[in-house]
Amino acid sequence: MVFGMPTPDEIVSGAARELRSRPQFPPGFGEDADDDAPLPTEPMTINMGPSHPAMHGTVRIILTVDGETVKEADVQVGYLHRCFEKEAEYATYTQVFPYTDRLNYVSPLLNNVGFAMAAEKLLGISDKIPERAQYIRVLIGEISRITDHLTCVGASGMEVGAFTPFLWMIKCREWLWELLEELTGARLTHSYVRIGGVAADLTDNFAQRLRDVLAKCREAMVDVEKLIVKNRIFRDRMDGVAVISAEEAVAYGWTGPCLRSTGVPYDVRKDHPYLVYDRFDFDVPVGSTGDNYDRFAVRMEEMRQSMRILEQALDQIPAGPFKLDDPRISLPPKSQVYNTIEGMIGHFKQIVDGVKIPPGEAYSYTEGGNGELGFYLVSDGTGRPYRCHVRAPCFILMQSVPKLIIGAGVADIIPTFGMINMIGGECDR
Amino acid sequence: MLEFLADHSAIAALLKVFFLLMAFVMPLASLSTWAERRQSAMMQDRLGPNRAEITIPGLGWTLRLWGITHFVADALKMAFKEDLVPSKVDRVLYGIAPIMAIAPVLITFAIVPFGSDLCVGKMTEIITSLEGCRRTIPLQVVRLDIGMLFYFALASLAVYGTTLAGWSSYNKWSLLGGLRASSQMMSYEVTMGLSLMGAFLYYGTLEPNAMVLAQGDNPLNWGLFYQPLGFILFLTAAIAETKRAPFDLPEGEPELIGYFVEYSGMRFGIFFLAEFIETIFLAAIVTTVFLGGWHVPGLHEDGFSFLKLPHIAVVLLRSAVWGGKILFLCWLQLLIRWTLPRFRPDQLMRMGWKQLLPLSLLNIVLTAAWVLWRSAH
Repeated sequence: MVFGMPTPDEIVSGAARELRSRPQFPPGFGEDADDDAPLPTEPMTINMGPSHPAMHGTVRIILTVDGETVKEADVQVGYLHRCFEKEAEYATYTQVFPYTDRLNYVSPLLNNVGFAMAAEKLLGISDKIPERAQYIRVLIGEISRITDHLTCVGASGMEVGAFTPFLWMIKCREWLWELLEELTGARLTHSYVRIGGVAADLTDNFAQRLRDVLAKCREAMVDVEKLIVKNRIFRDRMDGVAVISAEEAVAYGWTGPCLRSTGVPYDVRKDHPYLVYDRFDFDVPVGSTGDNYDRFAVRMEEMRQSMRILEQALDQIPAGPFKLDDPRISLPPKSQVYNTIEGMIGHFKQIVDGVKIPPGEAYSYTEGGNGELGFYLVSDGTGRPYRCHVRAPCFILMQSVPKLIIGAGVADIIPTFGMINMIGGECDR
Repeated sequence: MLEFLADHSAIAALLKVFFLLMAFVMPLASLSTWAERRQSAMMQDRLGPNRAEITIPGLGWTLRLWGITHFVADALKMAFKEDLVPSKVDRVLYGIAPIMAIAPVLITFAIVPFGSDLCVGKMTEIITSLEGCRRTIPLQVVRLDIGMLFYFALASLAVYGTTLAGWSSYNKWSLLGGLRASSQMMSYEVTMGLSLMGAFLYYGTLEPNAMVLAQGDNPLNWGLFYQPLGFILFLTAAIAETKRAPFDLPEGEPELIGYFVEYSGMRFGIFFLAEFIETIFLAAIVTTVFLGGWHVPGLHEDGFSFLKLPHIAVVLLRSAVWGGKILFLCWLQLLIRWTLPRFRPDQLMRMGWKQLLPLSLLNIVLTAAWVLWRSAH
């Protein structure tokens, strides 16, 4: 075993060991034909993943099952480890953005925004970002939150066997991604945000196209709700499964939609407003029981709230520059790069040395798709981070998965895992 | 020719088997694989398989036909795949399992009446009843008095295919799938049998063709209206027997991958095909017992009341309508499959034993009381 990884036999413990140590056959068993002593059973150790059709994001769960009941579960993450934090130490701050795209790859722009805000906090320019840029960040961030939730709730339908709503949701996500592709040039790995603003201004017809897409998405969401929310089978599969109390959720460090499903109304956008979130009127939906259905319903409602924010942002967005006008932070326009010596040298220095950030450390946190997405940066004064750490929300959610699935059936593992919404890129980094 | 067949019933039976399986069941099952994909694609706003086409050599014409020929490409792919047998499987049982899965369904088609009796010698005449016929050819492979019991007996054998496949594959996932399959199929067989008991009481026979005759050509007399509860219970239990969504727990794609996870190539193809043949068979049984079998609404032995038809036309029309009813029921099953989510094993068992079984017993009691009351008056 590499890296001292325990073998399945070493992991078996607790309840499983107790089951194993049972006498194989009761004394006198089988001698009498009418023996009504219970048949001896033994637990089965079974390996789920890392390559298993449901383990989207390569995670391995070593299960000890008694029949179909999970007795022991050992969740092993890290199969998608790509050294994000170490790579970031060798890249300039601007070069880290493409890496952040690959953290939570269903809402890349939220990671972009989170990282940019950490670097800006360290630079001390958080309050100097042009308003238009802040509105654009809210717009793309909320679109990404919708795509994140669309994927998650769609997949939750697929995981209990309803494949149709999944594809309806994916269709909506595709409309939104087409819009972002028009804006950023890439469908998935946008790398659109820069320190001090964003890479480019909104396209001319962005507002109109976004309103059209939102209208279509609302219709599709109503369709999905009609199909599964009142469906008895779906509700039976989701209601009361994998329940966690608010106290436990807080103790485990849960954040985001999963925490809100337990009834704790903690949302970074409301409680510690950043960008221009304090200017919008939106609600923070909370659940009551903290089961899988609540996690599903909270996400559905959050998409509607995100749409409200998007529409208000489209109404309020002011004209103006889309990035900070500071030659040390923003790249000069191409016309200056090609025609003036100052522009060319500024461009060259920024590309080669990166944005120089004064020594210090900063932790900046935003509301990501799965919860509080934090970036912790340490700078030694060069253009590259000395240390970069990501507080990945689903890494912290994952530690409670054994608690949620032990005692449930094998069939409940996948929906529970799906509603936790573990994204390999973000969890394993 | 027809006289010869009427005299040699064994040869006639072989011909009927050949016609039923080669001209109806197998093409329909293959087409179902394509229809399922197209149907799901339509429901999900996708295109689905529409590219397969046939080029007619020499002429250069290309037939696309909405991709219907996809099933040919599919079958070729299955047939030419490597026959991969994992090293630790029980080779004998591993090999037998797919056959055990498909054979019972194919055999049970023998009792399905796919048309009314042919009156040899009066094919082109207008006849009012079959009474005057010297020799008839029944459009049913075998006419057994035990009829439906034969179906139950063979249907319970189908469970061996899935269970053996799950057990012999030497894979814990397929073992779990096989266990799910055996518990599910055995539980739902009970309801399946008992839910038809009401229909047996009502028709007073177990023989499928006699049931069809008892229903007559007036749709209001069809079993659906006299056994509505039995119809719903049987349809539910029989869909569970076919192991398709919402009862596809043995396959359970996101969790178990299925009892056939270690099967590939044509061996997997047989399981795949068996599932579709089961849906066709389910449609055939529902048609026979609840939807008037081969009866056409308003079509008597001598044609419609407003249009008299020769005997051969009546028989052909009936067979065609029988096929149409089956197509409708197959479509209905596809619709259900792509709409509903999947049960959990404990919910499935609870529904089978605590809800469907008492209801089917209630159905028997009600039907028996009604039959008794009817015979007393």
